[in-house]
Amino acid sequence: MLEQAASLPRKPLADRLKRTAEKTTKQGLTKKTRLLDRIIGGFLFICGFISILTTVGFIVVLGSEALRFFATTEWLNANKNVAVAVDAEQTQLTLSSGGLKLQIGDIIGLGINREEVIEIIDIIDEQTIIVQRGVEGTQAIPHPARTPIYIGKEVTLTKYLSSGQWAPQIGNFSVMPLISATLRVTLIAILVAVPIGLGAAIYLSEYASEKVRKILKPVLEVLAGIPTVVYGYFALTFVTPLLQSIFNDTSRSGLNGLLQSIFGSGVQNTNAASAGLVVGILIIPTIASISEDSIRAVPRALREASYGLGATRLETTLRVLLPAALSGISAAIILGISRAVGETMIVLIAAGAGPNLTANNFEPSETMAGHIARISTGDISFGSIDYNSVFAIGLTLFLMTLLLNFISTIITRRFREVYA
Amino acid sequence: MINDDKSFKKRLARRNMYGSISATFFFVANLIGLLLIAALFLHIINQSMGYVVYVNRVEPETLSERPLEDLSEEELGQLILQNQPARIRVYIRDYLSRVSNDEFAEATVGAILRGREYPPEWGNIPLRDLEHEQQLELLYRNMNQRQMLNLVVENIVQPTAAKSWRLFESLFHSDDIKQQAAEEFPNGDLKFHSWLNWDFLTRSVTSSATTTGLKTALLGSFWIISITAVTALILGVGAAIYLEEYASDNWLNRAIEINIRNLAAVPSVIYGMLGLAVFARALGEITSGAVFGVTDSNGRTVLSAALTLAILILPILIVNAQEALRAVPSSIREGSYGMGATRWQTVSRQVLPAALPGIMTGVILSMSRAIGETAPLLVVGASTFIGIDPNGPFSKFTVVPIQIYEWTNLPDQTFKSVAAAAIIAMLFVLLLLNAIAIILRNRYSRSF
Repeated sequence: MLEQAASLPRKPLADRLKRTAEKTTKQGLTKKTRLLDRIIGGFLFICGFISILTTVGFIVVLGSEALRFFATTEWLNANKNVAVAVDAEQTQLTLSSGGLKLQIGDIIGLGINREEVIEIIDIIDEQTIIVQRGVEGTQAIPHPARTPIYIGKEVTLTKYLSSGQWAPQIGNFSVMPLISATLRVTLIAILVAVPIGLGAAIYLSEYASEKVRKILKPVLEVLAGIPTVVYGYFALTFVTPLLQSIFNDTSRSGLNGLLQSIFGSGVQNTNAASAGLVVGILIIPTIASISEDSIRAVPRALREASYGLGATRLETTLRVLLPAALSGISAAIILGISRAVGETMIVLIAAGAGPNLTANNFEPSETMAGHIARISTGDISFGSIDYNSVFAIGLTLFLMTLLLNFISTIITRRFREVYA
Repeated sequence: MINDDKSFKKRLARRNMYGSISATFFFVANLIGLLLIAALFLHIINQSMGYVVYVNRVEPETLSERPLEDLSEEELGQLILQNQPARIRVYIRDYLSRVSNDEFAEATVGAILRGREYPPEWGNIPLRDLEHEQQLELLYRNMNQRQMLNLVVENIVQPTAAKSWRLFESLFHSDDIKQQAAEEFPNGDLKFHSWLNWDFLTRSVTSSATTTGLKTALLGSFWIISITAVTALILGVGAAIYLEEYASDNWLNRAIEINIRNLAAVPSVIYGMLGLAVFARALGEITSGAVFGVTDSNGRTVLSAALTLAILILPILIVNAQEALRAVPSSIREGSYGMGATRWQTVSRQVLPAALPGIMTGVILSMSRAIGETAPLLVVGASTFIGIDPNGPFSKFTVVPIQIYEWTNLPDQTFKSVAAAAIIAMLFVLLLLNAIAIILRNRYSRSF
């Protein structure tokens, strides 16, 4: 039996080895390419490459749609018309009264389909204007009386980034109300999350016993696993009523009266404050967990040296450990900011709808992410100005988070303390 | 001697005082975290049950002598015919129609009920030309007794929650509540009601707080997560294997590596925009199922949503899987190569099985992230209200968190309780998944 088992598989193997040996002595050792291995290797490379494609996708999609937005001219009905018929050469137009006010430099479309576009050079009186005929690639053509007039509002980067209102449908293209709301919500969130998150990190790494740490840390991380829509619900149905019961009580005087006079109308049903507070809760685990890791990574020797010199635990923490862990802590805070800037559901539910340029955190304030989600919900029609404008805001948001990420990488690289 | 120095002792006392104050502060920071978790959960539980006063618009006893539950489809149909004959067409539109609401007014029976049951001779007649009795026949041919019962209860009896109280009020002030309810709603029916119950989980969504359910959203979540899981698992594990086992150290692979870490920091709503522009719009022919012969949808389907989520969770999944692969010691690989195995044989027979528990933990954690994601799906185009349960990759979709968002946004306070019930259901699933992940990690992880 032994003979049988040994003889059966061995023969072909021995043959193969012999042949291989002959080959190698002839050609030297060569790598044999296997088709299956190459196919699988190729497939795996594609899997890895998808991440690059995603990034390219972000840039192409956001960039192209945003460019389309910046090339838009939104035509507003001026509720005026050409009062007296004009031929193709006339540069003085008589218009009907009323409707939107015109200004020198305005672009005007004549006719429902803007058959001709003209530019106002001078305004003589309410109803008489001097114009440049046939601009923006259109031909000067005669127009009958009562041809309707449209004012063209061009989207420009300057208008987009300067102070004003956001209402692309009626020609207001300033993104500032959205950015201001985003920054206010983020600031409140950071004010909540940094002290609590950092405090928790210091306690867990320096003060808590191993047993307490093993229980506390996963429990705090539960906060990170809760879907943001739940936080939004919490902000709207718990935090906002709580704020209202604190600040809206007109019967009490003193501090509340003072607050009332500062914040005017009191806490409204949707507001930046409650959204900001809850976004803060959301990012506590992010800040706590990364900070704790970097504080723990500081070598024991530094702690012991500090204690040996007679420092108290607090002094060791503040003067030795925090500076040593600074790169990790600042990276954690920047990551927290980046999450707060992009957070959508909490602000969508609790911060309110409608871009609103205000500095009052108790009033509804729509952030960039909240606006994107609200406008694109349901059936937004492809290619409309709303659709394109949302992508412009998306690009702005994307660039902001990219910048934050970049800063965090640089900080980690430059300020990292290396302990050999 | 330093110890005799009075100012030193004074300073030491002060330093120690600062020390204990700050130690308290650091501890309080943790306590606040714990309190917040407690507040969050208690608040949601508080919202999800309590006393409710029901008021019926029409008392069921006046409709029929027998309880409504015992009536057959035909008898229930007769009730609708007697009470609301003109609404039958609306019910057909809301629950059975295969055409869009704009086309519905002119559409024929055949078009509206494509693939459903109807007498063939009515196929070319516009629905509005049928008698009410005939329309009713279409209704109960295509609905079972339970659905008909729901129609009757929801539209004729119309029990509405006239007022609801929270759990803690109900527990501690039940006498006040009973008194108040008896005064304000003499005909009302005061019951202690948990909004989270079996009926709630198994009913389709409706527009009334008392009859609505989570089934539509649960099915949507189920379909989306299944497709997401399969796609992300293949792509994510593939990418991790490539980066850990195949990639040489060149600029392209370093770029991929850095890129994955950057992608994890992109806000999820931006992924939604990518999904909207690429999957729902550019690839609309495929994601709407048009190339497979499905006609009644645009690109805003289960498939688009699932692919968007897959792209979203890929970075998390890849990083987790990479860590799991890295934990497999190189001696195992070298042993395998030493035995003459090829690279793929080594990966598939040695490295992957050893790393599997770690990879699965990562997969489950990223799935629980996907289940809770709301914003990207809103942007991709979740339907705000769908009457038909999602039944495949080309259906319109809604998911549990979006349903929660919709309910939260309704002005009616009772819907806040419905939302709380849905939140508890969702958190239960998420906690379950996390528990499974922890068990997997503890039980099957091998240390080498």
